[in-house]
Amino acid sequence: MKNPTQNVNLSRRAFVINGALVMGFAMLPGIPRAFADTEVDTLGTTILAPDLPGSLRATPYLDAWIRIDAKDGITVYTGKVELGTGVKTALLQIAAERLEVSPGLIRFLTADTALTPNEGYTAGSHTIVDSGTALFNAAAQVRQLLLESAARQWQRSIDSLTTRDAVIYDTQGRSMTYAQAVVGVQLHRFASANSPFKPAGSFTLIGKSLPRLDIPAKVSGGAAYVQDMRLPDMLHARVIRPPRRGSQLLEIDEAALKQLPGEVKLVRNGSYLAVVATDEWLAVKAMREGYAKARWTEGNPLPDSTHIHQLLTELPARRYPVSAKGDLPQPLPRAYKARVTKQYLMHGSIGPSCAVAWFKDGTLTVWTHTQGVYPLRAGIAEMVGLPVAQVRCIHAEGSGCYGHNGADDAAADAALIAMAIPGKPIRVQWMREQENLWEPYSSAMLAEVEAGLDDSGRLRDWKYELWSTPHNERIVNAGRLLPAWLLANPFTPAPSVPIAQPEGDGDRNAVPLYEIPNLKVDMNFVLTMPFRTSAMRSLGAHINIFAIESTVDELAARATIDPVQFRLNHLSDPRARAVVERVAAEFRWPHKATGPGSGIGFAFARYKNIMGYCAIAVQLHVQRQTGQVMIDRVVAAVDVGQIVSPDGLLNQIQGGIVQSASWTLYERILYDASGMHSFDWSGYPIMRFPDLPQQVEVHMLDQPDQPFLGAAEIVQGPMAAALGNAINDATGKRLLDLPLARRGWQDALGS
Amino acid sequence: MKRKTIIGAVLAIGVAGLGFAFWMMWRPEIATVSQHLNADRETLDRGRRVVEAGDCAVCHTRPGGAYMAGGLPLVTPFGTLFTTNITPDPQSGIGQWSLDAFERAMREGIARDGHFLYPAFPYVHYRKLSDADIADAYAFLMSVDPIKYTAPENHMVFPMNFRPLVSFWNLLFLHGDPLKALPNRSAQWNRGRYLVEGAGHCSSCHSPLNLIGGEKGSELFNGGVVDGWTAPALRGMTEAQHPWNEAQLVAYLTGEVAEGHGAAAGPMLPVSLSIAQLPAEDAHAIAQYILDLKKTSSDAPSPPCTSGVKPSATALRGAALFEGACASCHGRAAPMRVIESRPALANTSAVRADSPRNLIQTILQGIPMSSAASSHYMPAFAHNLDDTHVAALAEYLRNESCANRPWTDLDKTIKSIRAQEQQP
Amino acid sequence: MITLDINGKTHEMDIADDMPLLYALRNQVGLNGAKYGCGLGQCGACTVLVNDKPVFSCLTPCGALAGKSVRTVESLGSVDQPGPLQKAFIDEQAAQCGYCIAGMIVRAQALLEANPHPDDETIRRHMAPNLCRCGTHVRIFAAIKSVVAQGGKV
Repeated sequence: MKNPTQNVNLSRRAFVINGALVMGFAMLPGIPRAFADTEVDTLGTTILAPDLPGSLRATPYLDAWIRIDAKDGITVYTGKVELGTGVKTALLQIAAERLEVSPGLIRFLTADTALTPNEGYTAGSHTIVDSGTALFNAAAQVRQLLLESAARQWQRSIDSLTTRDAVIYDTQGRSMTYAQAVVGVQLHRFASANSPFKPAGSFTLIGKSLPRLDIPAKVSGGAAYVQDMRLPDMLHARVIRPPRRGSQLLEIDEAALKQLPGEVKLVRNGSYLAVVATDEWLAVKAMREGYAKARWTEGNPLPDSTHIHQLLTELPARRYPVSAKGDLPQPLPRAYKARVTKQYLMHGSIGPSCAVAWFKDGTLTVWTHTQGVYPLRAGIAEMVGLPVAQVRCIHAEGSGCYGHNGADDAAADAALIAMAIPGKPIRVQWMREQENLWEPYSSAMLAEVEAGLDDSGRLRDWKYELWSTPHNERIVNAGRLLPAWLLANPFTPAPSVPIAQPEGDGDRNAVPLYEIPNLKVDMNFVLTMPFRTSAMRSLGAHINIFAIESTVDELAARATIDPVQFRLNHLSDPRARAVVERVAAEFRWPHKATGPGSGIGFAFARYKNIMGYCAIAVQLHVQRQTGQVMIDRVVAAVDVGQIVSPDGLLNQIQGGIVQSASWTLYERILYDASGMHSFDWSGYPIMRFPDLPQQVEVHMLDQPDQPFLGAAEIVQGPMAAALGNAINDATGKRLLDLPLARRGWQDALGS
Repeated sequence: MKRKTIIGAVLAIGVAGLGFAFWMMWRPEIATVSQHLNADRETLDRGRRVVEAGDCAVCHTRPGGAYMAGGLPLVTPFGTLFTTNITPDPQSGIGQWSLDAFERAMREGIARDGHFLYPAFPYVHYRKLSDADIADAYAFLMSVDPIKYTAPENHMVFPMNFRPLVSFWNLLFLHGDPLKALPNRSAQWNRGRYLVEGAGHCSSCHSPLNLIGGEKGSELFNGGVVDGWTAPALRGMTEAQHPWNEAQLVAYLTGEVAEGHGAAAGPMLPVSLSIAQLPAEDAHAIAQYILDLKKTSSDAPSPPCTSGVKPSATALRGAALFEGACASCHGRAAPMRVIESRPALANTSAVRADSPRNLIQTILQGIPMSSAASSHYMPAFAHNLDDTHVAALAEYLRNESCANRPWTDLDKTIKSIRAQEQQP
Repeated sequence: MITLDINGKTHEMDIADDMPLLYALRNQVGLNGAKYGCGLGQCGACTVLVNDKPVFSCLTPCGALAGKSVRTVESLGSVDQPGPLQKAFIDEQAAQCGYCIAGMIVRAQALLEANPHPDDETIRRHMAPNLCRCGTHVRIFAAIKSVVAQGGKV
């Protein structure tokens, strides 16, 4: 008898982006063969089942996600990784919720090319959307299949069965474990497009804050990171990098290096240099000798930092129309014009990149904190000349990466050295200077805004043009790995391709969510990179939202309308309005603290215009003579759809507020003709405890039963913009060049 | 009759003495003001320039405290005093001071209500400022954010806690008029002299002080000790063993690395960061004036430094400590050396100096992180290195730099420096 | 041979004087708490206690530790029996990537051992040498304050 259980078409619950992407492609001329469609590009996979939700469309087999047997119990696999956002715990909650077992009964494995689905990169705030949705559905369907198996065996109807802690019970006292029930089930089958419905009101795990699995070990010295791996007979390696990009190795005193204590081996291939020793400190000392003794050619000149934005407009670029609507008058009458800039930023992972690799019995295994084990595996296989099947990449946690940092390159280093010294595990640890000098940066960007109001004080015309180098130079081929450039036979990086809208690249969030009748947004995708750049948390959204929200504030002032009211006048999405109104209420907008230099600022954005909603208000004081910015209070409201872990979400928002404040107020990479001066924290200061906002309040607007929207990057843009607006309120100065509180900025302030 | 005369004479002398004392030690209060005129932008910019040149914020802002709100402890041989709040807050700051009151403080060392200020406040130098500069500085200070803050009570050693005694000190050391330009010298030299001897009050640190804390007039600019750091002699810098030129001194004075000499540390760093705020021409003027100061002593110059002596066992221990504790920044191929072109430690003035004091202080205290000059940071080693380790490091570095003139008083100097640090 | 007193136990190691304590802790002794973040004394991920004072173990040569006691985060408690600060950090879920956390806990431990009742400004200034890139400061601060609120005994 057909199960009358309410089946809901869950495609609306999943975040299906294919349709939008196809449209995006059709709109973008000039890309003959773009294959990087999203930031989380599932390289090497085919979409086998386009109607399935989340990552199931690329990995439709249920047993790719969930296995059950008597020996190992329940094993759940995800192709995503734990970057420090707590998402591993959140995914576990989802799987446990739908399997209806306690989390402790699940063995949860993250990305491993030998074991788990290929879910591309853990990036773009997609994890809960892609993997969470897949697990939400797969787990529900697996449980259903187990129930059906028990029902068959007991000749009962499914409705009479219940489950608890991986045991199925009927009303007559019979029971069987999940492991027993699975015997009659073939899990190696495609998931179906529909899953059993479970109302959010009955959730016991989703929507609750489960303590993170990893924190107890991290506070007590447990092994938690790839840096903590210790394998038998492991050797320690350090790389010796050239002084700058383009430098070629002229000579190195190999004999002197080999005579150092610790049985130092030198790995040399073209301009690629590394030292390997039995003891880590000895490797460090050998590295120091290597840096002192190697001689290099001069390499590429560094760009002039004072004219970097001018340079961006002059370098070869591809122009992409991003959005066009209505009819923009040329020129715009009485327009507000602004030129907004940001400098190069670095991810600045607190733990420099590290990897362990072991080439044994024909297989190369690499433990790495990469965001994407599958693409990395392909790149490394190409680089070392092994078939992909003989390379295995296993994710092990590193420190927070916030995007594409040195992790993949360090993995490539470990792989190269492991191939040169077969049979031994090789641990490569980058030094602080190496991470700062060689990680892919976040692009310096320029945006030019022209916007105008109609006679009734509403936004009417909006023209926006931006310049940026790529935000996605991930491992599409071996040539995207930095060590591969240094080899005697170097690899060339694949051509740069921007992530298409609606996700966006430098143009992420370049289109305002506000109702504007006439609009034109264009991106200049600069193809020559003065510095290698790639993805960093929120990509172009950080500066685009800053630019949009600064402009909105200026136009609101022209219209003599309160900035919050002005935004509400142009937002019809009730969820957008809800976060704006919530912040305004909690902040008691426009209440401002007393004292000299006091200022308040407001900002709103919806990440990528399709993901989480965020509104922020900031109260700060500016000390005009010293330029010190004291953030008194930050109030944020966020809506990310169904919240999986409230505390996990809160943690991300709090952290994102602080991180974005640091980026926006202080950060820029310092460089000039004589060199890169941000080689350590003294040359790239970030926020420390004394500068911390005094008070951070976050209000989370849960949306039970709504799709997951992604949360990790929704704060970066609005926090930056709220700060800019608050500083304007405090000082009367509209600052449009990030970082806002750079050294000496106070000189521009009047009395 | 005689007795009456004697009594009368004693009384008369007593009254005269009291009168004299009164005349010496009492100053009238100057009436408060409640309104300040809004100064224009140019006045404020000029005033700010005077205030930066005078390093007011260096003393009148405590770490983590509000700008000019005071509260920084100054440890003197006569006790510890706390700098006052010179923001324009009416109650706890100088918001009720008129220009006259401010000028009297700057030239005479008397507060608005008539009490004597301690000469830790260098009014003996500020009295050399022009009327216009004092007026502009006043205008700037009155435009600063008013902050409610009162510094802790001073702990002055008896009898110095009796402020009127300062009047006698003033009798000895408070003299001089606003500086007038010397006609036979260039405008830049005169500007340098005005800045150095006036607002900059360089000789307050860079001169030896006598027993009661006054500058020894005959030894002006011959060096001093401040907060345990050597403030080197400023005379004959162009003729020194490792001479300074203007470009190097300007770099040093503006918080940059001076080629062949190193960068400002300790109490001088905040001064350099203030000078860096001034127009470049002021830094050049200061440098020019200082480099023009000729040696007054006829001591024979020290023999030149040579290296190449085999390191002692202690120096070898120092070399090992250097590798583990220092080389990540100071090693030959470290980025700070290669990219920033910082000199080897052996080529810095701290290692070449006759006294190891500044090297020891730098090792123990490091250079604190400041947002104004984030690249000037060095961690402190006071808690992870013992005296013997610091001595070994110092001996190692000295041997690399000046093996023929080793420091002989390392242990004693380190011990006395540590003892000073223990003081509250 | 160098003898080090680490977490109350004596360790004899055949290492050179110049090896920074951080490497000895991680490689010779096998402890994970102290971490390499910069090796330059700028980030505090390597923070340990030497004679009860917080120091950068990346810049403390083993040859400078004769007769001194070294304590790492491992000495403050375990997963099953966390110490007061560790428990506070778990209760507040004061970690994102967690890489800086061991250093933070040790630095806070030093403060509270010397001063169980610090005010907010003192806590902020004391913790300044330790960097967190994820922005977890708000929770770290809350965790320390919660221990202070309970009397500050660590």
